[in-house]
Amino acid sequence: MSAPRGSAILAALKTAGIEFVVALPDIVTSDGLLWPLARQNDIRLVRICKEDEGIGICAGLGFAGRRSILMMQQTGLMDSVNALRAVGVEYEQPIAMLVGLQGKEPGVLPSKSAKVSVSAIEPILDALGVDHVLIETQDDEAKIAPAFERAFKNSRPVCVLIGTPPLADGAAP
Amino acid sequence: MMRRDECLALLAKRVRDEAIVATYQAAFDWMRLAPRDLNYVSIGAMGIASSHGLGLALGRPDKRVVVLDGDGSLMMNLGSLATVADANPKNFVHLVCVNGVYEANGSHPLPSAAKVDFAAIAKGAGIANTGTISTLAEFEAELDTILGGEGPIFRALKVTAGAPSKQDYAFIHGAETRQRFKAAFTR
Repeated sequence: MSAPRGSAILAALKTAGIEFVVALPDIVTSDGLLWPLARQNDIRLVRICKEDEGIGICAGLGFAGRRSILMMQQTGLMDSVNALRAVGVEYEQPIAMLVGLQGKEPGVLPSKSAKVSVSAIEPILDALGVDHVLIETQDDEAKIAPAFERAFKNSRPVCVLIGTPPLADGAAP
Repeated sequence: MMRRDECLALLAKRVRDEAIVATYQAAFDWMRLAPRDLNYVSIGAMGIASSHGLGLALGRPDKRVVVLDGDGSLMMNLGSLATVADANPKNFVHLVCVNGVYEANGSHPLPSAAKVDFAAIAKGAGIANTGTISTLAEFEAELDTILGGEGPIFRALKVTAGAPSKQDYAFIHGAETRQRFKAAFTR
């Protein structure tokens, strides 16, 4: 199965009405998504220094009536659990996240990964009660915009997990 | 040095439709001095008050956002100063109450409390308009800049605790507090 396309993910963000991407670089999504985002002007890219900053920034944008996502690696998600717990879960704010699963083995479900840094992620999200979807192939691309729509419709956090590095424009599938 | 509540009382006399983002002891003092719907106090996690404020400022460039931070909080999120400098919001003001202790958690001292120069750190992070204020007269003289100058603006306020304020965590974390803020801010 083909890896998801960065261009399709970017299109999904626009479909979901995302106006801001708040991001730390993640090696999974760097070439296929973050660099393309940095080269366009439709969605504003806000570069941050630490992932929990992004929870606050996305919350503030939400209170201003603006839609944003926080883009990061799963290690940064783990670093942000307290902020996500407080702001996203307990305050019931629409913290929409797009998280690269660095180190996940191709074709292996995250829960079956040999790496704790990967296998721990879905149980952590489940413990927090955070909705999550896994994007592995082009067949999964259609799940992205509805997942983010759920975050804003229900005012709850949602996490889109990217299990396969998205293809950059022009890259061979 | 000045009392934090006396300093904030000067600000309270001058605020109009600014969003005031306040955390911990500054939030408790501010809620006593200036209860209003445009107070954003649901920070949730220590350290990210300025990040909430940055999100508000980016989301509504037509509204002024003033963050009342603490030095212990900012120490947990020093990178946010570089983030603010990079985003460069013209409507963003960051005031940090510097008392050298984690006041909400037993008043233990911050690391290197006597030596840390927050205005210098902010300047080094790329925020051009920074400074340190140590007296009420200086603060009053700066209010025009704080409420009307082009951001981002950073000021370290050298303060001591003033009169005790009720630590109303139920209000800070309450859903109604957030709903009232959002309604006022998006009006």
